[in-house]
Amino acid sequence: MTKVTVIVNGKSVSRDVEARMLLSSFLRDGLGMTGTHIGCDTSQCGACVVHVDGMAVKSCSIFALDVAGAQVKTIEGMANADGSLGLIQQAFQDHHGLQCGFCTPGMVMTTAALLADNPKPTEAEVRHHLEGNICRCTGYHNIVKAVLAASGQDIPAVAAE
Amino acid sequence: MPKDSGIGASSKRREDVRFLTGRGRYTADIQLHGQTYAAFARSIHAHARIVSIDTSAAEAMEGVLAVFTGADFAAVGGNPAGWLIQSRNGEAMKEPKRPVLAHGKVRHVGDAYAAVIAETPEIARSAVEALDVVFEELPAIVDMAAAVADSTNRVHDEISDNICYDWGWIEDNRAAVDAAFKAAPHVTSLKLINNRLVPNAMEPRASIGVYDPGTEDYKLYTTSQNPHLTRLLIAAFVMGIPEHKLNVIAPDVGGGFGSKIYHYGEEALVLAASRRIGRPVKWVADRSESFLTDAHGRDHVTTIELATDKQGNFLALRTETLANVGAYLSNFATVTPTFLHGTLMAGPYKTPLVYVNVKTVFTNTAPVDAYRGAGRPEATYSIERVVDKMCRELGLDPVAVRRQNFIQPDQFPYQTPVGLVYDTGNYGATLDKLMTLGNVSGFESRRAKSAENGKLRGFGLSTWVEACGIAPSALVGALGARVGLYDAATVRVNPTGNISVMVGAHSHGQGHETVFAQIVADKLGIPEANIDIVHGDTSKIPFGMGSYGSRSLAVCGSAMDKALDKVIAKGKKIAAHMLEAAEGDIIFADGKFSVTGTDKAKTFGEIAFSAYVPHNYPLATLEPGLEETAFYDPANFTYPAGAYGCEVEIDPDTGRVEVVSFTCADDFGNVMNPMIVEGQVHGGVAQGIGQALLEGCTYDDNGQLLSGSYMDYTMPRADDLPMYTVDHSCITPCTHNPLGVKGCGEAGAIGSPPAVVNAVIDALQRGGHTRITHIDMPLTPSRVWAAINA
Amino acid sequence: MYNFDFVKPGNIADAAKALATDGAQALSGGQTLVPTMKQRLASPSVLVSLTGIPEMKGVCMADDGVSIGAATIHQTVATDAAKYYPALAKLAGGIGDPAVRNRGTLGGSLANNDPSACYPSAVLGSGATVHTNKRKIKADDYFQGMFTTALKDGEFITSVTFPVPQRAAYVKFDQPASRFALTAVFVAKYADGVRVAVTGAAENGVFRWTEAEAALTANFAASAIANLTVPSKGMISDLHGTSAYRANLVKVLTGRAVTAA
Repeated sequence: MTKVTVIVNGKSVSRDVEARMLLSSFLRDGLGMTGTHIGCDTSQCGACVVHVDGMAVKSCSIFALDVAGAQVKTIEGMANADGSLGLIQQAFQDHHGLQCGFCTPGMVMTTAALLADNPKPTEAEVRHHLEGNICRCTGYHNIVKAVLAASGQDIPAVAAE
Repeated sequence: MPKDSGIGASSKRREDVRFLTGRGRYTADIQLHGQTYAAFARSIHAHARIVSIDTSAAEAMEGVLAVFTGADFAAVGGNPAGWLIQSRNGEAMKEPKRPVLAHGKVRHVGDAYAAVIAETPEIARSAVEALDVVFEELPAIVDMAAAVADSTNRVHDEISDNICYDWGWIEDNRAAVDAAFKAAPHVTSLKLINNRLVPNAMEPRASIGVYDPGTEDYKLYTTSQNPHLTRLLIAAFVMGIPEHKLNVIAPDVGGGFGSKIYHYGEEALVLAASRRIGRPVKWVADRSESFLTDAHGRDHVTTIELATDKQGNFLALRTETLANVGAYLSNFATVTPTFLHGTLMAGPYKTPLVYVNVKTVFTNTAPVDAYRGAGRPEATYSIERVVDKMCRELGLDPVAVRRQNFIQPDQFPYQTPVGLVYDTGNYGATLDKLMTLGNVSGFESRRAKSAENGKLRGFGLSTWVEACGIAPSALVGALGARVGLYDAATVRVNPTGNISVMVGAHSHGQGHETVFAQIVADKLGIPEANIDIVHGDTSKIPFGMGSYGSRSLAVCGSAMDKALDKVIAKGKKIAAHMLEAAEGDIIFADGKFSVTGTDKAKTFGEIAFSAYVPHNYPLATLEPGLEETAFYDPANFTYPAGAYGCEVEIDPDTGRVEVVSFTCADDFGNVMNPMIVEGQVHGGVAQGIGQALLEGCTYDDNGQLLSGSYMDYTMPRADDLPMYTVDHSCITPCTHNPLGVKGCGEAGAIGSPPAVVNAVIDALQRGGHTRITHIDMPLTPSRVWAAINA
Repeated sequence: MYNFDFVKPGNIADAAKALATDGAQALSGGQTLVPTMKQRLASPSVLVSLTGIPEMKGVCMADDGVSIGAATIHQTVATDAAKYYPALAKLAGGIGDPAVRNRGTLGGSLANNDPSACYPSAVLGSGATVHTNKRKIKADDYFQGMFTTALKDGEFITSVTFPVPQRAAYVKFDQPASRFALTAVFVAKYADGVRVAVTGAAENGVFRWTEAEAALTANFAASAIANLTVPSKGMISDLHGTSAYRANLVKVLTGRAVTAA
């Protein structure tokens, strides 16, 4: 066991971990933060996306020891300070960008990274950026709408029913 | 003007808040004190005899608590098929035992033959590796035609031809259908494959078994679409646990699409293991296990023939299908290719004569069962493809041909030749709506523009009807169902006037917590926020049958509506007492009980409070309390219908197909929450486009799953799909349920695959590739390119 | 996954020392290695993370081309190499998905040499030089068949130098499930000739299509390869495409890359 310290959603946390412990398990099993989900074992589905030092990564493919000292942000850290839904979260609710909710944390984290880099993405850019996040429920239509809405853009006429 | 609450409003989903903040509680998220972990030993062979299993090394490992093999469950029951189908010759179907763990033989790659319980998941997995098992490999039976032809090689030793049943529908009509074909001016035939799919709910299956030695109670947390059905199966068939001693909880469930209807052996195992070791036992599938063991969908090989006159009027339709059920019968596996498929073979058309033959075949592959649409996508695909082919052969307009064959609005209720009575519909209206919404008349100019860019553009159409709200117990019972298919709801008005509604339906993405509350709010005139929908826990909810087959609203919603009627009736009694009026003079409107013709009234809240503080009730005639339960068993299925149009562009050099537009005009009857209805259609269409272009579950000749991960099974991604145009303004309300609703969960997946394939064939034909009349799904670039270059 | 010891050296010398031990395995972005370990298909006793070595990160212009540290993530190459070598930056920006690009590295991709990976085509197509902790290896010597390279035990890539061409383009046709290359072609035109490298197509991994190189060296236009044919022998045939299909893609994509260059 090795002690690892990570700053999760602004709070420094330390745990003794085995070398093989993945960041996703560190969050879920170690810290009880189960908003980060595991949907595959090949680093494809994106349900486990969190930010490490501001970059969206798949927490199921990173060892906890490899992010020692890093700033980690998860879905649990995305709400406003008063607990209300953050801008992106609110857009997902407003536009019905989720159904079963399982892929949702990863979608929100990926969206946050996209909008930080590219505040006004086109529909095509949104779709391309979401290619590492699989959703089985929504057919992506309303997720794309939610991301465009979160960017403050008018949703293109094509997206409106 | 759109409403802002109640029926017809696009109320935002209340469940979203927990999902968006990481506070959803899925089975894998649950951590119990002292929990242990199960791992399963799964066959790497498609077909083998288990010669011996030596568990001693595994049992000796530190941290290992128990090891189970098939022998431990030899004495308990099997996981049954929920529907008994009779063959054409009157014989009952063959129903092999489906054990908790394989015993004697393993029958597909992934078939579990042992399980280890250990202190950590990693120890459990290492112990599985330490099992010393000797297999005698047997030839794998993968191809259905070969399985039927070779009686020496058997999935189940006692089933000589690997056939579960040979079903004819309707057998008595066969001779008349054959005669019509002999006399027909034109016959179009088509052989097609409805490709095997893996449902792939994003949450992998998971189960936690908890046994309390003090009370002898069992608790099962599991990823289920129908906790009561799971409890019933475990109690009555598999384990013999008394039903009242077993509590099944399906907490937040991350999608199902059918695959979480069924009871799986892992659920029984964690219960048995918890009982043996006295601690909670948890199992969470990884995605690889899900691919190998979740019930797959579709997998039909069909020959369909359509007899017409030269004007394209349908005279008769005949199909022969081989349907794969895999190695064991999953719970709904026998009904999916029969009564959910054969009975839909009339489609929205007045084809006078129809005959359907289905042979269901055992193979050394994972079990196959209902997946979003379940039988109806297979029926719709077969019909809509052969209709399109016929139009091409006769040089007829596919739009006009469909129109001339539609059952007309004045013909409802309509008795089809395949056993169903459609209560209502207007198929011409949805087709008209599609033609406008999809700007079909502008297709030619879009095609020309695509051609300038070197792309082949095509338009494909699909008009369809489905049977939803799977329910009428009398009907399904007559057809062989071993369960009733009603549903139930309890409306509990609390003393302070807010309401808990316990429902038999289960929400795993559908948004029941929001929509059901809208209906209650509308009916009782109280705010949605004062209503809570409780589901997923057998200790709380009445015995309902769960969610699948687009049934939640039509069946469970109707039960809730009935219970609300009872609450209102009881409220009137209480109001009559309080207001000293005759019960018959009490009217209920806008959340108030009032005496007709007076200004005397009590609010709903006052009535509720009084019900629980009955200081002066005439107890002989008025019981305290305000809580009512209703069971609802509908008179018929519901029949959503619609018209879907798809435009594709094909890159002829690479064969790549892009869906450039997809338009849906649906008739779902009355719509409770348009936002949610549209979301359901979007998701269904994405799965349909996935089936048509991307997804294919493939086994090799040895029964190894080639598409066993997201590296090889193509899940539709955001950049594979277009924005969809959806409409549900054509409404013919269901005539026999109180809400007038039909169901919308499966429509998208049912109507879309033929629209996509028809569009691809259209594009190729218009591009001069007139030899190409069919390509089997999924229409991958490689397949399309091969067709072009054949 | 089996357990292991984890070390994260801060410089190349320490990394070399750590990798010299028995059962040691280099870990870069881990986008392939970690899933492999989850399946228990790899069981290193020591995992040596190369992501904490500053001298192995970054993009800069050197005398003989663009030099990219082996531990540089794809996303950094996509942005920082754009001004020096746009085709290479574009390739890096199309690997996997955004989250994969934020972890996966150039060195990790080349050491693994997946037959469907993107980077090998750029390295071979640019005639790049692979620098290791021990030596320099020419691209033409480095790739030795699928998942096989010239790297010896204890040897790891520290950087790669890409000579910058006059014109270049990478055109990838996605394997639809994995988003690796079903087939992809990197075309680069240098003063002394054209190089065409193909990934995703062949059973032996990345290769140079020399007939096309000759034709394009004579005339750098898509029409120059119109009469060439690509034999399907030796091409991969799987769920996603037959060998004939891949052979077709090699030609189609080469033409498109020339046009795009």
